[in-house]
Amino acid sequence: MAVRYQITLCDGPTCMHKRSKEIDAALERELASRGLSGKVDISLSGCLGMCAKGPIMIVNPGYTIYGGVSENDIPEIVEKHLVRKQPVSRLIIEEDHLYNRFFRVFGDVNFFGRQMRIALRNCGIIDPENLDDYLSVRGYEALAKVLSAMKPEDVIAEVKSSGLRGRGGAGFPTGLKWELTAREESEEKYVICNADEGDPGAFMDRSTIEGDPFSVLEGMIVGGYAVGAHKGIIYIRAEYPLAVKRLEKAIEASRNEGFLGTNILDSGFSFDIEIRLGAGAFVCGEETALIHSIEGHRGMPRPRPPYPSVQGLFDKPTLINNVETWANIPVIILDGAAWFSSIGTEKSKGTKVFAIAGKIKNTGLVEVPMGTTLRQIIFDIGGGIPNGKKFKAVQTGGPSGGCLPEAYLDTKIDYESLAQAGSIMGSGGMIVIDEDSCMVSIARFFLEFTQNESCGKCTPCREGTKRMLEILTRITEGKGAEGDIEKLERLGNMIKKASLCGLGQSAPNPVLSTIRHFRDEYEEHIKERKCRAHFCARLVRYEITDKCAGCAACRKVCPAGAISGIVKNRHEIDQAKCIKCGLCYKTCKFGAINKV
Amino acid sequence: MGNMIKIHINGKPYRVEPGQTIMQAADKLGFHIPRLCYHPKLSIEGACRVCIVEVEGMRNYVASCAYPVSDGMKVRTNTKELRQARRDIIELILDNHPLDCHTCDRDSNCELQRLASSMGIKKRHFEGERKQYDMDISSPSVIRDPNKCILCGRCVRICSEVQKVYNLGHAYRGFKTVVMPAYNMPMAESVCTACGQCINVCPTAAFVEKNVTQELFTKLNDPSVIKVAQVAPSVRAAIGEAFGLAPGAALEQEMTAALKRLGFDYVFDTQFSADLTIMEEASEFLERIQGKGRLPMITSCSSAWMKCLEQFYPDLIENVSTCKSPMSMMGAMVKTYFADRIKKDPAKILSVAVMCCTAKKYEAQRPELMVNGMNATDMVVTTREIAWMIKSAGIDLLHIKPERFDEPLGLSSGAGTIFGATGGVMEAAIRTAYELYTGETLLDIEVEDLRGLKGIKEGKVVMDNKEIRVAVAHGLGNACDLLDIVRKDPARYHFIEIMGCPGGCVGGGGQPYAGINSIPLDEDCLKKRAEALYNLDRNKTIRRSHENPDIQRIYKEFLGRPLSATAHKLLHTHYKAKGPRGITPQVAIGMKG
Repeated sequence: MAVRYQITLCDGPTCMHKRSKEIDAALERELASRGLSGKVDISLSGCLGMCAKGPIMIVNPGYTIYGGVSENDIPEIVEKHLVRKQPVSRLIIEEDHLYNRFFRVFGDVNFFGRQMRIALRNCGIIDPENLDDYLSVRGYEALAKVLSAMKPEDVIAEVKSSGLRGRGGAGFPTGLKWELTAREESEEKYVICNADEGDPGAFMDRSTIEGDPFSVLEGMIVGGYAVGAHKGIIYIRAEYPLAVKRLEKAIEASRNEGFLGTNILDSGFSFDIEIRLGAGAFVCGEETALIHSIEGHRGMPRPRPPYPSVQGLFDKPTLINNVETWANIPVIILDGAAWFSSIGTEKSKGTKVFAIAGKIKNTGLVEVPMGTTLRQIIFDIGGGIPNGKKFKAVQTGGPSGGCLPEAYLDTKIDYESLAQAGSIMGSGGMIVIDEDSCMVSIARFFLEFTQNESCGKCTPCREGTKRMLEILTRITEGKGAEGDIEKLERLGNMIKKASLCGLGQSAPNPVLSTIRHFRDEYEEHIKERKCRAHFCARLVRYEITDKCAGCAACRKVCPAGAISGIVKNRHEIDQAKCIKCGLCYKTCKFGAINKV
Repeated sequence: MGNMIKIHINGKPYRVEPGQTIMQAADKLGFHIPRLCYHPKLSIEGACRVCIVEVEGMRNYVASCAYPVSDGMKVRTNTKELRQARRDIIELILDNHPLDCHTCDRDSNCELQRLASSMGIKKRHFEGERKQYDMDISSPSVIRDPNKCILCGRCVRICSEVQKVYNLGHAYRGFKTVVMPAYNMPMAESVCTACGQCINVCPTAAFVEKNVTQELFTKLNDPSVIKVAQVAPSVRAAIGEAFGLAPGAALEQEMTAALKRLGFDYVFDTQFSADLTIMEEASEFLERIQGKGRLPMITSCSSAWMKCLEQFYPDLIENVSTCKSPMSMMGAMVKTYFADRIKKDPAKILSVAVMCCTAKKYEAQRPELMVNGMNATDMVVTTREIAWMIKSAGIDLLHIKPERFDEPLGLSSGAGTIFGATGGVMEAAIRTAYELYTGETLLDIEVEDLRGLKGIKEGKVVMDNKEIRVAVAHGLGNACDLLDIVRKDPARYHFIEIMGCPGGCVGGGGQPYAGINSIPLDEDCLKKRAEALYNLDRNKTIRRSHENPDIQRIYKEFLGRPLSATAHKLLHTHYKAKGPRGITPQVAIGMKG
């Protein structure tokens, strides 16, 4: 017994009434009889508050909470838990086993304290390369429950009533998707895990897999059982080598222990999973493009219907869900739809993982209940804007999401509210923008990404986003013209409504949302040739103020010969010659040059 | 009719059959939804987005080519917003398209141009950078101009789905997307079979034939050469379409007269050499069924098919007839037999083939087809090119005084005529082989089983109690399917006809573009062209190749007998396995799962 155990016995009035003192005595006796006296710390505590379940005994390390303990249980606890290091599961209080485990370890800091971890419940808790570790946190229990006690239709009913919606971005009801796939009659069906995480700066799926590959596998096996599929494929970016390695290990370990492969857990149900690597095309996150890619074709979307649930991989019915969606499944099975659907908003249940980035103190991954406000995420969890700068906007949903201004900070995040505000949930990217950023340039940046990643198949996305990008570039270069905003709106709205797939349908979002919420910035760029964030180099005007000491340093560095002046006298910039390189601004030791 | 469903189009209720797309239902009801990438013979691409419509309850527009009708659906095809969206989409395509309509090969025959005009595009709002690629002029047959490409994907689909050659695919992403052969291989080095079907389905001029009309005009003006033309059967069945006639008009003698007026000294008929082909091929077949050579024997008239064979079915090369194509046989006869007869130096003869085909341009350059160190065929022009030359030279094809083909290579039997339609070669061969084998004349000579547009057709002939099983495939995709059967079951057929293009030569890659009220490779059009040939056959008294007196004469005077040493030297050839660079169809099919 190398571990030194600390046992806390609740000695509050209720537990005392339920014989906590006698339990304490029995414990001392049992320890003495095994020669363990003095090797275990025992303390009595005041009321722990879980009176209904008393007497309460907490064993540390491990923070195992036993409830309803009696003197008769003591020999078993000592023998199993203290000697053999196996907690006595029948006595463990079950209600907070999953997501709270995380917070016992990490939860006493602000960043974690306000989160709720369901998809990420095991990340940081278990050794992701160790199946036993996963089993110790009730891993594969959901699978066992499903295979032993639930019919496929029960599983689907449970997922349906949980209210879980696709975490890949579109928010399609997961249970309905399962039902549609299950309904198809086919010898062969497929289950796909979409791990082609492509949004720049987003790493929800990678972290989930790297931290807990087993939950994703378990979700997929349950899904396969529910829809009648025997083959699963994980489509993951080749740029995620660690995640791939952990998945491979997890698949092998699970197969060796009978959780995967033929006749899983002796149930007669067989299901196996293989990994396919994606080559990094953003559009391959779109389900039909992803399916084409697995089939060996160029990753290009095709019109739906037929939906993959009817005609998917190799034309067979296919259930395709995102990593985060799959990771939620075991929890829903174990804790029930009722519990899951108690979290979140009316139409969006459970939690959502966000990757917060940009001008924010605590960049990183957060998992919060649906309905958490943007303000809570950005300021409470994220710690607000660094360097005393002002918040300007938050861009949600990755490169095809929208930018929301301060007025929307109290928006409760769910699929509908974000869509209403002109943005999207997307896969959970969240980029915070401060006052130093130019909204036109931000929109241009995102559009450049989607234009480059457009598969090139449909006209609106391929040609339309290119023209929008050209107009935006013109505006940021001070060559904007009257009517440009209207052109952007006209093209943007057409592209949204006419494009073939989600990429095109959402590509104009950054532009349309910035026009909606920051139209004045566009107008300033076009009419006044001004960028208030001083970000658009071509629109910045450098001016020398009275502070000028006439040192001539700026005159010497100016590559355009635009600065003139006599030593020890105030210098001047010839705006016609200035190429806006900013060298004078950086060189001036007196702070005498202003960006206007 | 009991399971009809009700849909609304533009506010009015209609009963339509379920299981069809909005576009199909609308077409039948007289609503023409504009379209571009859609082609009924090809899979649904849904790429151009021109055919978008509004469906009540849907957040976005849907592509009517892809979206199925459902009961109670309310569709709008012609709202103000839709009209603007469609116009914007066409404008976006035009903005990335060269502004050279008036000098373009497809001017006045361009689907994009027609669409832009019907959309009423007058102003351009979004012009900017335009794509700039080098043209691929490496192929003697097919020119690829990515600058004209609007990425509708029809060429990619016909090349892979109908022809199963898999030469073309999309490359790169976003604005840089371009259609090209694998690894950007030049067309000449790619697995392209030169069939030209990409040209047929291309709505613009991203694929065109290698145009040699200016060169030909120059040579026609050269008094030092003897200008000899030969014309393939299918040209006469389609050339009228280029002059505004409905498909199905046969303009044999008008065309001959026009060619003479263009400056040709002699105009011969490829149908004559088709008869010659039949003499050789039927004889070769009889040898093979008597144990000399591998069965099934496969025809060798189609040049695209020959390249397909060498690349993808090299194991079947021995099965293919050693006969040259009718074009190359004619070329060989022109440079030998005919040159002798007119007592001229064959080197002074310009041998021009007017073909319905782009692959013939490639065939003409094959070195093994040379005769005495000369090209048998010096130049090949397509139906489209010759139609343009006739117009350009101010010749009124429709009202010209008809003329006959010249002797001694101008007289043909009906068997030679039907070469142009799928199944025709087989039918013609049966007419002669039967008589050569049994010594009796085959009376029931129209083999209906082998006619029509079914992909693979099968038939049987009994010759002296011997059952001969034959099969016919048209389009390289069907050919591949048929050959896959042969690979598994070599004894299933004795004789196979393969034509590289859908419908046979009448659907060749060099035929006139579809008119305003038609679509490329329209089945009705192909049937009418074939019917024109069958009618010519029916109206002839000589309908079997061996009955053609000029054929009998050429054997008597020059060739001796079929398969003689002279015949072998001049009328037969050989094929070589080619290791294609790029992706082979086997690989591509394997990837499909």
